[in-house]
Amino acid sequence: MMNYSSRPAEEPAVRARDLTVVRGPRTVLRGLGFSVPHGQITGLLGPSGCGKSTLMRAVVGTQAKVTGTLDVLGHPAGHPGLRTRIGYVTQAPSVYDDLTVRQNLDYFAAILDPGRAAAARRAEHVTRAITDVDLTGHADTLAGNLSGGQRSRVSLAVALLGTPDLLVLDEPTVGLDPVLRRDLWQLFHTIAAERGATLLISSHVMDEAERCHRLLLMRAGELLADDTPDALRDRTGSDTVEAAFLHLVDEATAAGRTKETTR
Amino acid sequence: MSTTTPAPTRALSASRTTATAARVLRQLRHDPRTIALMVLIPCVMLFLLRYVFDGSARTFDSIGASLLGIFPLITMFLVTSIATLRERTSGTLERLLAMPLGKGDLIAGYALAFGTLAIIQSALATGLAVWFLGLDVTGSPWLLLLVALLDALLGTALGLFVSAFAASEFQAVQFMPAVIFPQILLCGLFTPRDNMHPVLEAISNVLPMSYAVDGMNEVLTHTDLTAAFIQDTAIVTGTALLVLTLGAATLKRRTA
Repeated sequence: MMNYSSRPAEEPAVRARDLTVVRGPRTVLRGLGFSVPHGQITGLLGPSGCGKSTLMRAVVGTQAKVTGTLDVLGHPAGHPGLRTRIGYVTQAPSVYDDLTVRQNLDYFAAILDPGRAAAARRAEHVTRAITDVDLTGHADTLAGNLSGGQRSRVSLAVALLGTPDLLVLDEPTVGLDPVLRRDLWQLFHTIAAERGATLLISSHVMDEAERCHRLLLMRAGELLADDTPDALRDRTGSDTVEAAFLHLVDEATAAGRTKETTR
Repeated sequence: MSTTTPAPTRALSASRTTATAARVLRQLRHDPRTIALMVLIPCVMLFLLRYVFDGSARTFDSIGASLLGIFPLITMFLVTSIATLRERTSGTLERLLAMPLGKGDLIAGYALAFGTLAIIQSALATGLAVWFLGLDVTGSPWLLLLVALLDALLGTALGLFVSAFAASEFQAVQFMPAVIFPQILLCGLFTPRDNMHPVLEAISNVLPMSYAVDGMNEVLTHTDLTAAFIQDTAIVTGTALLVLTLGAATLKRRTA
């Protein structure tokens, strides 16, 4: 069951209006407007280099030169009060290779929930996070000695600490085998359903789109669609989200060409 | 399911600082070779130096005391610049700054961890020099240790600061000859600073290592705390704190 009831429906977890990001000479995001509803999994899809990571960094508050409106959990993005409420996983695993899995989690837990009084709660959160990502057998292995997929799961476990309200996951399933990918998507659905968390997950693998409640389709810094997978397929008359995406890309390219010629 | 009470971000939180220091030391513990190199090399160098100047014990006194101040500065500079560079490139810095960690916590945590290591390094080197190699100190060896510790802090501060300008480990290591070598040449190790060309002497007057070495030599030649010693240590401490503040400014929560 989705956990909508406790919050006013009109207040989304993330709301962007005219969101623009400039990196160096390039405008990476151009006037995006969208909202991410509470307690659901929203997929952020598009080819690599289209601005997915930049958009996620803007939501988390680590991206510089963001203009427009971007509200996250009722605060402007980057607000200090959000730092304990957002779990963020970067594309490359950001963990300490020279610490064990448990030592990594112990440290990040101590930053989120410091003090000796919280030690028991921290230990509980660390154990749960290790179980969540199925690394119990590797808890005392150095992160640097793990495989690529295992390291990215350590990185994910860090984001799960402290039960965040919003999880921002940048390509969390890249390089994982099919069984693990299925297990992780099951975990994401559990987190949304049972812990009432909102998930924003990016991917460039279109078959993962079918597992999301809502989709944001991006291309070259612009938003092509903001809809449910079903509505997208219906609207474009396609069988898969991938076909729907290609249809929208062709449409946008054609529209772009008309604009060029009329100019 | 337990709930987490929101923990506010303060400029400096004791438990987050000690957690960071413990984490840095834990990382080092998985790397015993680095610890061994950090602790043993200064001792080996002092040992070598003692017998290089076998015929002139007076020269060993002066150069040995200066080196007791220079070693911790160099080691901490190298270790800190590489460690913070790795923190920046591995994405862990971005992750930490998206968490409720104050920049002061991170810097103080690093200073605390490397300071502990510097105490061990300096205690061994000072002990070896004073009790086994016959370094003739007029003042208290504890004051030598104090200066060594302040020098280590200065090294940590400089390392943290330059790591912001290094894009790779290669560059970070090259900052050593760029930042440290000129100071070694001008700090009075090879010739008293007032013997230098006036221009070089003026430059040496604004380089912090000169005061680190002066402080060591004050302890070497005076039984009590001299005004010059207090001034030297104050300058080293002040510079370290200033550079640490500059280093903190290079840690940005939002990056391009």
